[in-house]
This record gives sequence, C-alpha cells and structure tokens, in this order.
Amino acid sequence: MKGFPAYASTWDKTWHYLFRIICCVVFIFLMFPILVIIPLSFNAGNLFTFTPEMLSLDPEGYSLRHYRNLFESPDWQVAMYNSFRIAPVATLVSVSLGTLAAIGLSQGHMPFKHPIMAILISPMIVPLIISAAGMFFFYSRIGLQGTYFGVVLAHAVLGVPFVIITVTATLSGFDKSLTRASASLGAGPVRTFFKVQMPLILPGVISGALFAFITSFDEVVIVLFVGSAKLKTLPWEMFSGLREQLSPTILAVATVLVSLSVILLTLVELLRRRSQRLRGLSS
Amino acid sequence: MKRLTKLVAVTCSSLLLAGSAWAIDLTVVSWGGAYSASQVKAYHEPYMELNPDVNFIYDESAPEAVPKLRAMNEAGNLTWDLVDSIASDAIRLCDEGLAIEVDIDEMLPPAPDGTPASEDFGDLLVSDCIIPQIVYSTVAAYRTDVPEWEGRVPQDICAMFDLENFPGKRALEKRPINNMEWALLCAGVAKGDVYDVLETEEGQDLAFATLDKIKDETIWWSSAAEPRQQMADNEIKLGSSYNGRWFDLINVDGAPVEILWDAQVFDIDGWVIPVGLTPERQEAVVKFLHFATDTQRLADQAKFISYGPARMSSAPLVGKHETLGIEMGPHLPTDPDNAKNIFVYNFEWWADYRDDLDAKFQAWLAN
Amino acid sequence: MTTDQVSLRRRVKRSLRIQKLRAFLLVAPLLLFVLLSFVGPIIDMLFRSVENQLVGDTLPRTVAILRAEEIDDNWQPGDRLFAALYIDLSIAADVKNHTRVASRLNYEKAGIASLFRSTGRKIRNIGSKEYEKLFVDLDKSWSTLDYWEDLVADLERQAALPVTTTAFRQWQQDHIGRGNDVSKLDPNNAFHVILLAELLASPADVIAGLAPLHRENLSAIMAIRDQFPPIEYRESFLEFSNKWADRDVWTTIKRYSPRLTEGYFLNAVDLKKGNDGVEARPEQERLYIKIFLRTFAMSIIITLTCFILGYPVAYFLAGLPTRYANLFLILVLLPFWTSLLVRTAAWKVLLQEQGVINDTLVFIGLIDHANRLAMINNQTGTIIAMTHILLPFMILPLFSVMKTIPPSFVRAARSLGATPLTAFLRIYFPQSLPGMGAGMVLVFILAIGYYITPELVGGNNGTFISNRIAYHISSSLNWGLGAALATILLAVVVILYWTYDRMVGIDNVKLG
Repeated sequence: MKGFPAYASTWDKTWHYLFRIICCVVFIFLMFPILVIIPLSFNAGNLFTFTPEMLSLDPEGYSLRHYRNLFESPDWQVAMYNSFRIAPVATLVSVSLGTLAAIGLSQGHMPFKHPIMAILISPMIVPLIISAAGMFFFYSRIGLQGTYFGVVLAHAVLGVPFVIITVTATLSGFDKSLTRASASLGAGPVRTFFKVQMPLILPGVISGALFAFITSFDEVVIVLFVGSAKLKTLPWEMFSGLREQLSPTILAVATVLVSLSVILLTLVELLRRRSQRLRGLSS
Repeated sequence: MKRLTKLVAVTCSSLLLAGSAWAIDLTVVSWGGAYSASQVKAYHEPYMELNPDVNFIYDESAPEAVPKLRAMNEAGNLTWDLVDSIASDAIRLCDEGLAIEVDIDEMLPPAPDGTPASEDFGDLLVSDCIIPQIVYSTVAAYRTDVPEWEGRVPQDICAMFDLENFPGKRALEKRPINNMEWALLCAGVAKGDVYDVLETEEGQDLAFATLDKIKDETIWWSSAAEPRQQMADNEIKLGSSYNGRWFDLINVDGAPVEILWDAQVFDIDGWVIPVGLTPERQEAVVKFLHFATDTQRLADQAKFISYGPARMSSAPLVGKHETLGIEMGPHLPTDPDNAKNIFVYNFEWWADYRDDLDAKFQAWLAN
Repeated sequence: MTTDQVSLRRRVKRSLRIQKLRAFLLVAPLLLFVLLSFVGPIIDMLFRSVENQLVGDTLPRTVAILRAEEIDDNWQPGDRLFAALYIDLSIAADVKNHTRVASRLNYEKAGIASLFRSTGRKIRNIGSKEYEKLFVDLDKSWSTLDYWEDLVADLERQAALPVTTTAFRQWQQDHIGRGNDVSKLDPNNAFHVILLAELLASPADVIAGLAPLHRENLSAIMAIRDQFPPIEYRESFLEFSNKWADRDVWTTIKRYSPRLTEGYFLNAVDLKKGNDGVEARPEQERLYIKIFLRTFAMSIIITLTCFILGYPVAYFLAGLPTRYANLFLILVLLPFWTSLLVRTAAWKVLLQEQGVINDTLVFIGLIDHANRLAMINNQTGTIIAMTHILLPFMILPLFSVMKTIPPSFVRAARSLGATPLTAFLRIYFPQSLPGMGAGMVLVFILAIGYYITPELVGGNNGTFISNRIAYHISSSLNWGLGAALATILLAVVVILYWTYDRMVGIDNVKLG
C-alpha cells in the first residue's frame, strides 16, 4: 500500500481515504464503548459521565472506591466465587467430551457425520431462552434445578460447540501419515494419541477450552433459570444490577472482565500462531 | 399476659428440644437486599437466639419463587421451607395448590389484648395461604423544584395525567395493575365502581384513552429502583414507586421530592408455606411463624425499613428508625394521615384479569 | 471370484466396520450428553405447547356431558350438567385441584379463576351437611373411610352403582397424585349425596348382590329417603354466582377439554377458537404477531447494519498483509471476547439521557439540556447495542472468504478498462457472496433469539419474542403459551440453520 499507482485518479485517491475513514469509524464504534467504561470506573463520584475534575485530570476526580466496593461487598464476592467455581468445571466437561468427539468426527469413516455435527453445534444456535426454559423444566424434574451440578452440566453443553469447532479445525490440517508412521514404528493407539496427536491438536483444544470457559463465565440466561440465588454468578449479579440500578460498581466489574478478555484473547492468539507453526501453515 | 405465658411456653419447649439434638436447617426464601436484612434483624436473629437448634439458610429467590415452586412441585422435590411472597403471587401459589391453606387463628398468637389474629390482620388476609407481614404501597411522588409548574403543587393522583398544569416526564410501572385504576379514577369513575367498569370493554378503552394522554411523556419502569434513580437525576418530575423507595430518596439522599399519598395502593407481603413439607419441617416452620408474626416482631421490622406492620396491634409499638433516628410512624403508608384516601386494590379481580389485561396493555404499549 | 478375494473383501469390510465403530464410540459419549441434557429437555418442553390433560382429568363428568351437547344460542346449562359439575368440583375442591384447572381456563376466559375459587369454597354447602348427619345418625361407620372403602370394593365386585364407585376412586387417585396420605383422610361428605342420588335413580335390586352388612345399611338409608332434602343443583350453583349461567364459561370448558389442544398455538398467532372454528382475536388483544414481526424487522435491520458496517472493515482487513491484518483483527476480536453484559452496560452508560453521548452533545451545544436525545429503552437502543454485539459475527466470516479472493482478478478487470466500481461490483462482490451469506444468516439467527440485551435496553417497544417467552415461563405461568411461542421461534431458527448448513456447511464455521 505504498503510494498510488500512476493510473489512480483524484476520485480514486479520495475514495481511498474516505474508505479508510469509514473503517476507522467502525473500529471506533467497536472499541469505544469498551474503552470508555474503563476511565469511568475510576470515577470518584457516583455518576456515569466524565466529571469536570476527571476531564482536567485532577487526581481528586479519580478513585478506586468502586473497586473497593467490588471486593468488599459480599454479593459480588459470592458471585465471583460462584463464577470461578462453575466455569472451570463446565469447561473441563465440555473439553474432555468434545475433544474425543472431534477426533471421532474427523475420521473418514464416521457414520452419520453430518447430522451428528448439526446436533453438537446446535447449543450455539438455539435461542438461549428456549434452551434455558427446556432445561429449567427438565432439570427440575430430575432434581438438578438449583444445584451446582445442574448449572455445570448446562454450561458444559453450551461450551461443546466451541470445542468441536476449534478442535475439528485443528484436526482438518492434521497429517494422517503421522499416526500411521507412529503405528508402524510400534506405538499403540493410546501412545500414538498422547505422543503424536495430542501435542499437535493441543493448541486447538486449549483455545476451545478458552471459548468454553468464557461462554460459561459470561452466561446469564441459563443460570437465571437453572441456577438459584445461591448460585449467583457475576453475570447474574450484573444483570440484576443493570435491571435495578446502574451502580458504578458494575463499571468496575466490567473493567475487570475486559482485562480478563484481553488476557484470554492474547492466549488464543498465541495458541493459534503456535498451532499454525506446528502444522507448517506458518504465516 | 396471655401472650407472655405462651411465649414462655414456646421458649421452654424449644429449650427442651434443643437439648434433644433436634437441629434443623430451614431454607427461607426472600427478596434479598435491605428487605431481607430487616427480616433477619427483626425475626430470624432473635428466633435463633431463643432456638439454637434452628439454623436458617437464606435464599434470595423470591422474584422467581412462583415458577420455581411450580416446577419443584411438578417434579416432587421441594427444597424450600418457607417463602416470602407478595399477595398476588400468594394467590397464584394458592390457586395452583402450591401453598398450604393456613388457619390463622389456630397457628398464630392473638394480639396482646386478646384479639384473635385473624381480626388483627383484618382485611389483609387476601388469600387463604398468606400470612401477612408488611403493608407497602405503590404511591406517587413528585419533585418540588419544577420551575414549569409555577408553584403549583400536585394535590391528587390526577396530577399524573395533567400535562397542562404539571408538564414533564413521568414514570409509571410497565404493567396494567394500578395504572388502569388511577386512569379510571381520573377519568371520573367513582372509586367503588372502578373494577366493575374495568371489567367491561368500554371501561378498558376509557382507561387506555386516559393513559394515551400521557403515553409520550411516560417512562415505563419494570424495577422499582428505576423511578427512584430517575427522580434523583431529575429525569422525571412525577412517578410511581414503592413508598420505601421514596422514603430512602427523601430521607437518605435528601432529594427535593415529596410523596403524594393520594390514592396510594396498598399491597401486602407475607409468608407462604409450600405444599409438600414433611410433618416435622412443617411443624418447625409453623413454630417460627408463630414467633415471627406476633405483634412485637412485626412492629420491630419497621425499625429497619419503612413498611407498615400487617397487624393493627403493632402500629402503636412502631418506634424510631434504627440508623436514621427518624420516628417511623408518620412515614408508614398505614399512618392515618397518609391513608386518608387510599385506593383499595382488588386482588381477587386482578387474579382473574391480570393475564388478559397484561396482553392488552402490552399491545397498547407496542402501538 | 476366488475364496481369497472373498475373504479379503470380508476382512476389509470388517476392519472398516471396526473403524466406524471406533469413530462412533469416540463421539457417542458427547452425543449422548448433548441429547440427554440439551435436545431432550427442549423437545420435552415443546410438548407442553399441546398438552392439556388437566381439564379432562379434573372435570371428567362435566366434560362428558358437554361433549354430547350442542351449545347454541338457545342452550341452557341443565340440572344434569350441574349435578355432574357438583361431583367433579366436590372432588377437585377436596383435592385442591379446582383452582389449578381454573387457572388453566382463566387464560382463555378471564373470570373463571374466581368463579371456581369461590364456588369451591361454598360447594360443601350443597346439601351435604344434612345428608352426612342423616347417614351417620343411622350408623356411625358412615363417617369412616374404612367403611366406605369396604363398600366401594363390594360395589365394584357387583358392578353396581358406578357413579359412586368411580367418584370415590377418582378422589383417592387424585389425592395420591398430589402426594397426600389417603389413609389419613376423612371421606368427602359429597359421597353421601352422590350415593343417595344414585340409589334413587337405580332399580331396587341393585343392592341385592352385596354383602349382608352393606345391603342392610343401604336399605336403611333408602327407608328414610324422604327425610333427605332434595337438591337443586342448578339453583345452588346460580346462587353462588350468576356467571354459571354464562354460556361462554361452558363453551370454554368444552373447547379446552381435549387432552391435546391447538389452543396455545392459536393464541401464539393471535387467533382463538370460536363458535365456528378458528377466528381472529379482537384488534386490541392482538400482540404476538406484532412482536414476531417486530423481532424479524429489527433483526433484519440489525443484520443489514452489521453488513453495512462489517463489509468495508472485512474488505479493508483482507487487503492488508497478514501481519497487519492480524493486528487490526484484534480490534474485532476483543469486543467478541468481551462479556455481553459488559457491552450492554457500556451502551447504557453511553446512551442514557444523563450519559456520555448526550452530555457531549449538550456540552458542544448541538442540543440543549432540555432536549436530550432518547437513545435507550427503545428500538434505537436495542439496534445500536445489538449491532455492536453481533458485528464480529459478520466480519469474521466475511474476512475469511475475502482473504481467499485473489487481488489479481480485480487488477485484471481494471487493466481491461473497467472502472473501479464495475470491477468491484462485477468481479469482487460476487466472489465475496458466500462470506456475506454466511455472516448475514449467522447474525440473523443469533439476533432473532436474543433475550438479554432487549430486556435491558429494549424499553417499551424494543423487546423481542424471547422476552415474551420469558414472561410466560417465569411470570404468568402460562407455560403452554410460552412453549408454543418457543416452538414457533425454534422452527424459524431450525429452518435458518438448515439454510446456513446448505450455504456454508456447519463444519466450516470459524471462530476467529
């Protein structure tokens, strides 16, 4: 993109810049709301706008009180505790079952591959309120409603599509001759799996796990129906906070969650690159 | 005196039981926040002191209590022992056979002067399943600093529908209940005829036509905290909410707001006992209720939150607010000065027409 | 064919079968898990949209009579009907089922709930006190459940007095169904009324085959039959409430008596069962079609805005060298990874009347303080917030398709004399269509089922059908209607999912 070709007209040049401006505006649209809450969460007052003190960068205008509030309030503590108690276990379930299934699905001889795939991806597609209502009735019947185990199961199902998608994507570039080579060198299927297949698909598995984790960590509809007040998660607390009274503490929570997203995103990006390098698809 | 002996008897028996390793966990479902806190201070903590064998587990699921109880009942596995419920939900639970019908006089102690409990609660026993605790009211409030009103002060609920004298945004609850009645009152329907009129199609049209006048200027809330916030931000000049929210706004935040007690609508919050408890659990629950809904305990709750005790005999015992030091009596919806012109809400009627009118109300909003 | 060939083929087949089995066994645990904890529950819920046992099970005698009758303008509920209703409601009120069936019927006709509730309270007043007294005065055992149980068992053996026996058995069964201990109950005092009425209507020899004790007891009752006050069922019911004369109450019971009903589905599309089949609801009750249309219209707008905003960005990203593209892609992926509630909260902060955007506009003098823009709690708010939330789902598939379009094609077109616009429209755009289709269908599917964001920023006219489903599940308790609405929504989503699968293939879904 260095300079314009000789045949470019003024119109071409104008359009070129205009186009960049449009893209720039869209990027701002995407990022601005997320970025704007970060300074606001350090607001010393109880307002949701930039106070004059904040704009003049007066330290008086800033404070950590909303963060203090977040870490001192029992409600938010319970919510944090529950979120970190539910999401990892749900992730573990969806990743272990999902990885096995993805390996099975990527084998050439899998019968009914397509309809099965459609079923496994469906939790991502079916409107959450329908899944939530269905699970609410059914889990009540079998005594899982309002239990930790019930919420974990429900979240694990929601995480499944992400694991399937990322792991099958890694497997699609997988060179089958590697397993055959391993077998011909005398390794059993289990050994082959752990020594050859696993390291290669691991990046896909981990990024699937991160997707599953964030899905559970960010999920509110299911937890509202299948969970109970004792199992309040961060999103539940945020949801009721947003519905009731917009308190600045929510912005502090939001900032913490954005930081978490940045960390997860970085991890996924690093993994993606590693996977591409391992598979020789280096960019 | 009678009460005292009874209390002594209950205490003694509970102490005896405490010795016999008869510990029980009771899961009590309530609303959370300031309301639950006031209950814990007024009922649960004193009770646990008298009955060390009882341990309460608090669950804040009251907003979802009705569907969850129904699903639990369908499934036949009940995990709650006692549920706090507003009257209309209690009626629903009762109708669905999810709450047990209670014999108030048999279960609860009489007033200190010997008045049977059922008379002490009086008209508040709106369902066979509810044991009332508090009376709260949905009531209007207005800002006292609106320059456009040129010194005019809202005198009655019809100020809500009067854009000429009281211009500005207002907030009403996003449901037909209360709004339809107020609209009819201000369309000239006599108080006693409101529900008869509302049962007819013409009456409903009249109510909607009255609401139409302010539709563009109204912000509809679904959580009672919203109008409080909006009033504080001066986003609205008039609005309806629960009296406790307005109390906090005026006395805690010090906002220039007054409550317009005219045509306030009483609502009741009380306990319901779910169907399907084992006899031992039910007995433990009833024993707790015997204590927690007596005259003194109900009066105690008003120290922590500005809602009126449900027993008439509790009214003289209401004291000062625990932290604000304000005499609570005059701030309760049941205070005679505030209750000069109340609108009596017809629970039974709304149990019939709630779904029907809600659909019409939503359709009206969507147009 | 030699035997060797045959056995080789067999062995190949066998090994293939084993491979298939192994692949399937790997998938099976997850498939089972998803079927049991996700697909099963949803299908189970959908059945609620047609299920309707309650009315027929609770009021079997009333329903049987109503079914046989033609309810026209001149029809009046007769004494026989009220007598049947008396038996049904006496049992239902004893078991506390009457208000449940009333709640069900109240969804169809407002007013039935209180009618059943108040009648249930008073139904014991119909004759039963006097009857019970006369019975028990003759013999104390008439007040014990054991005696009734014994009598009913004997009657059943003789196939005599079926009305009494079925009523007694239904009463027992319904109590068991509600989890009550039958052995601890007192016999319902309506049984005395029912028994005498049936005895009077039966031939005298009906008790001939019974055990001597029962025969004696029943003859004793018959001997004092003149002392029993006659029961006027119709008058008694009309005294409780004149609504019992209302034909609509009876037609409602009749219409919603079958075990399976299409009523919820009709409701879900603003129709109802009328006298002459299905008819439209009155104008002011029509709600769901409106909300469905609104959901679709807003989803289309959201999809289009996503497309308009997403296409240039994807085009821009595709034109960058991979290293830079990955860098800019982070700007798309970060929102994608950020909590939905965080983003909704952010928009609430930005758009509200006392929010950042309004404050800025007031500050720079574009609008004055009194005329702040209402950008939230309405359709605008929902559209803005949802566009933001779903935009990455548009950009990512577009980008992955555009990456594969060789830039040389456009350059070739340009060198052959095409204007930039023509080159774009004729060469580039058609090649980006698959990505466009994938992105648009995906965004649309996700949009029509949205619940959280419309709930929080939708206000009065920006809510979706999902919000209405949630209302019926958690607030109105009209689970049948909620399930019917959910079924319709799910059907639309499944069709779109199928389309998506045909267009892109679900195995080609990419996440970042």
